[in-house]
Amino acid sequence: MKPYKVPAILASEITPKQLFYARRKFMRSVGGATLAALLPQALWAASPFSDIKKSTFSATEELTPLKAITSYNNFYEFGTGKEDPAARAGSLKTRPWTISVEGEANKPKVFDIDEILKMAPLEERIYRLRCVEAWSMVVPWVGFPLAELLKRVEPTGNAKYVEFVSLYDPGQMPGQKSSVLDWPYREGLRMDEAMHPLTLLTLGLYGEVLPNQNGAPVRVVMPWKYGFKSAKSIVAIRLMEKQPTTSWMKAGPNEYGFYANVNPEVDHPRWSQAKERRIGEFLKRKTLMFNGYAEEVASLYAGMDLQRYF
Amino acid sequence: MPTKNLSNKTMGRIKLAAFMLALIPLFKLCFSAYLDKLGANPIEKISHITGYWTLTFLLITLTPTPLRRLSGWAWPVRLRRMLGLFAFFYGCLHFLTYLVLDQFFDWDSIVKDIVKRPYITVGFPAFVMMIPLAVTSTDNMIRRLGGKYWRMLHTLIYPSAIGGVVHYWWLVKKDLTNPIIFAALLGVLLAIRVVYRLRTITLFLS
Repeated sequence: MKPYKVPAILASEITPKQLFYARRKFMRSVGGATLAALLPQALWAASPFSDIKKSTFSATEELTPLKAITSYNNFYEFGTGKEDPAARAGSLKTRPWTISVEGEANKPKVFDIDEILKMAPLEERIYRLRCVEAWSMVVPWVGFPLAELLKRVEPTGNAKYVEFVSLYDPGQMPGQKSSVLDWPYREGLRMDEAMHPLTLLTLGLYGEVLPNQNGAPVRVVMPWKYGFKSAKSIVAIRLMEKQPTTSWMKAGPNEYGFYANVNPEVDHPRWSQAKERRIGEFLKRKTLMFNGYAEEVASLYAGMDLQRYF
Repeated sequence: MPTKNLSNKTMGRIKLAAFMLALIPLFKLCFSAYLDKLGANPIEKISHITGYWTLTFLLITLTPTPLRRLSGWAWPVRLRRMLGLFAFFYGCLHFLTYLVLDQFFDWDSIVKDIVKRPYITVGFPAFVMMIPLAVTSTDNMIRRLGGKYWRMLHTLIYPSAIGGVVHYWWLVKKDLTNPIIFAALLGVLLAIRVVYRLRTITLFLS
């Protein structure tokens, strides 16, 4: 019996690589367009953004893997365990979604999330994230400065503070059935902090739409503050004359202040803030003043006693 | 009643079964570590799991005495030494996790923690108190110390367990559900002892 020989294929019959991939691309875009036309918007909301600028504010450190960023979260609306948000945030519906920007503004307005997505050029910002629990990550967020949104409502001269209000809906957010925090989750900033170019209105991460457990569809990120300041799943932004009281300030006034700037010299009453464990690393590293953003933000706090205004 | 006093043979089997059961948390932990299933912060996970089982075994160790008072069952008391040694075993793993994985022998930072961090200030002595109990757990040591002194020494399990629960209570950020459960169970176990002690005193006085 003769051994089987693979028939030779003529070189002329082989589809050139470029064409081969062009066909695939064509099929993909046709398929994608068909799907987009047929499916309700909510189902294709998780598509990657098309145009993302690189930002000069980006850190050059090694990124924390997506899996860690999306499986180790503090998002008490879905439970107090670190794995709860990834397991339970599927119940969050991110469309339709609006954010009401209100209070001390000449033109208060309710924005639709899709309007916000197109409001300003999206940037990728690689930020260090330092949790008050002394661990840290490096996250490639996608968004644009919060100032872009705030400018559109024309804050009045009385607008000294900004309050962020997260969604309250125990049906979608099972963690809210527990009274572990005073719901809805509230956070806040001073106006100059809110207008600072580092303060990012965040819509995505790793080039994709924000996963639910990371605060979809829209959150803020202030990389020089402890993570809990960066409110998730925001439904209202209020411009205020007086300093708002945040959920964590109510939960532990001695432990969580309004400013919550990362500061290795001001310890949490129960644990040290001098060092942190970068997720994925073994040895702890030293925590940096303002999480390494002192050059950009230290001037905001000139002359302030940071032990007192922690 | 057959449940009150068991033959040595049955007791041997129960001990073996309890020994195997008590090792399950360790095997589960090793298995998860091997499969890389400990999550994004494995050191924290190992620390929490070993701490949880230290406290759990401390509470289980404190159970046979009130159980004998309430039900008349004597045989669980014969498991007490092994259960207590398992509490110590998981306590050692918990302490080693802190020393090696968490701090990596950063003595300066460890000393600061013990002095400044309330939950470590109570947790560290709670662990240290278990050492003499483990050392004096052999029949020979009981004989050498004499029942009276041995029993006095072994009341250290009470401050150790209380310290362990307080340690847990003080370290959680906000959600106190689990520490409250441990505190309530410990409260019940200690309260039964107090009730019986008071009753004995009253009987003695009358």
